[in-house]
Amino acid sequence: MTVAEPSPYLTLALLAAGALVFALTPLALAWVWARVFSPQKPGCDKNAIYECGLESKGDAWVQFNSQYYLYAIIFLIFDVETIFLLPFAVSFTGLGVGAFIAMMVFLLLLAEGLVWAWQKGVLNWK
Amino acid sequence: MVDEGLRSELQKQGVFTTSLEELYNWGRKNSLWPLGFGLACCAIEMIAASMARFDLARFGSEVFRPSPRQADLMIVAGTVTKKMAPQVVRLYNQMPEPKYVIAMGACAISGGPFKQGYNVLKGIDRYIPVDIHIPGCPPRPEALVHALMELQKKIDQQTLTGDNRPRHLKANAPSEFPVPEFGEHDLEPSKNSEVWQPPKLTGPE
Repeated sequence: MTVAEPSPYLTLALLAAGALVFALTPLALAWVWARVFSPQKPGCDKNAIYECGLESKGDAWVQFNSQYYLYAIIFLIFDVETIFLLPFAVSFTGLGVGAFIAMMVFLLLLAEGLVWAWQKGVLNWK
Repeated sequence: MVDEGLRSELQKQGVFTTSLEELYNWGRKNSLWPLGFGLACCAIEMIAASMARFDLARFGSEVFRPSPRQADLMIVAGTVTKKMAPQVVRLYNQMPEPKYVIAMGACAISGGPFKQGYNVLKGIDRYIPVDIHIPGCPPRPEALVHALMELQKKIDQQTLTGDNRPRHLKANAPSEFPVPEFGEHDLEPSKNSEVWQPPKLTGPE
């Protein structure tokens, strides 16, 4: 007569149950402790938003102006420009006339973009 | 409660006995987290006390919290002007129980050198219950360390039941204290009568 082979997943199930007990016991103890030794005593000051002892004013959900988006785009153009300018400047002496003209065209395009944005009135803060 | 003689006898044999109350108070007194909050020059001494030379960390009390939500000790370090008093009381109200107050320096306990002034509160104990008063102008860091040790003794003597239990375990004790408002001439009310009564002058019998 052979003993029925236990399921290979039994160990896993036992470990999972043990892990659950280990995790939940401290939580339950903390809950009981809080109930007995630190009864809740809420109040309007205690529940209020903390702000250096002063009463907070206004709403925390502030909307940022969408104009920041255009500033970020224009900043990004010149940010990327520096990335291209740096290797250009490093190998400047070894470059031919064609490369120089190509770079100047690139800079001109970017400058033109700035002029265009300027004319559209993007840089005027409303 | 275990008899003291039996207890020390057991301790010699390597058996340590304690009670839940002692364990609770031992944990509480060795992890007092002060509110990081200074009002005047006393705060410099408080900062010095928390630094390496005086090392408040030896008493488990170096964790200055920037929010009253996480603090259980308020060190009123400095002159409490009448403009500042409502904020101090409000911060105290926002701290969770059990909470304690050390009034540090002559100004915080009585108004100090500015007692005659029109704009200085004559002691923060007019609005909130103060556990330890330290005199001095400013008190040395050692004095603050001493105050902390006295507070630890006080916590150690508190019981979980009976009349000596901490305020938060008393069902009818207030959890918040009224915040004074700016009146026409003075703070209104000018004192919390439940916390502070003017000293009575007693003449010779």
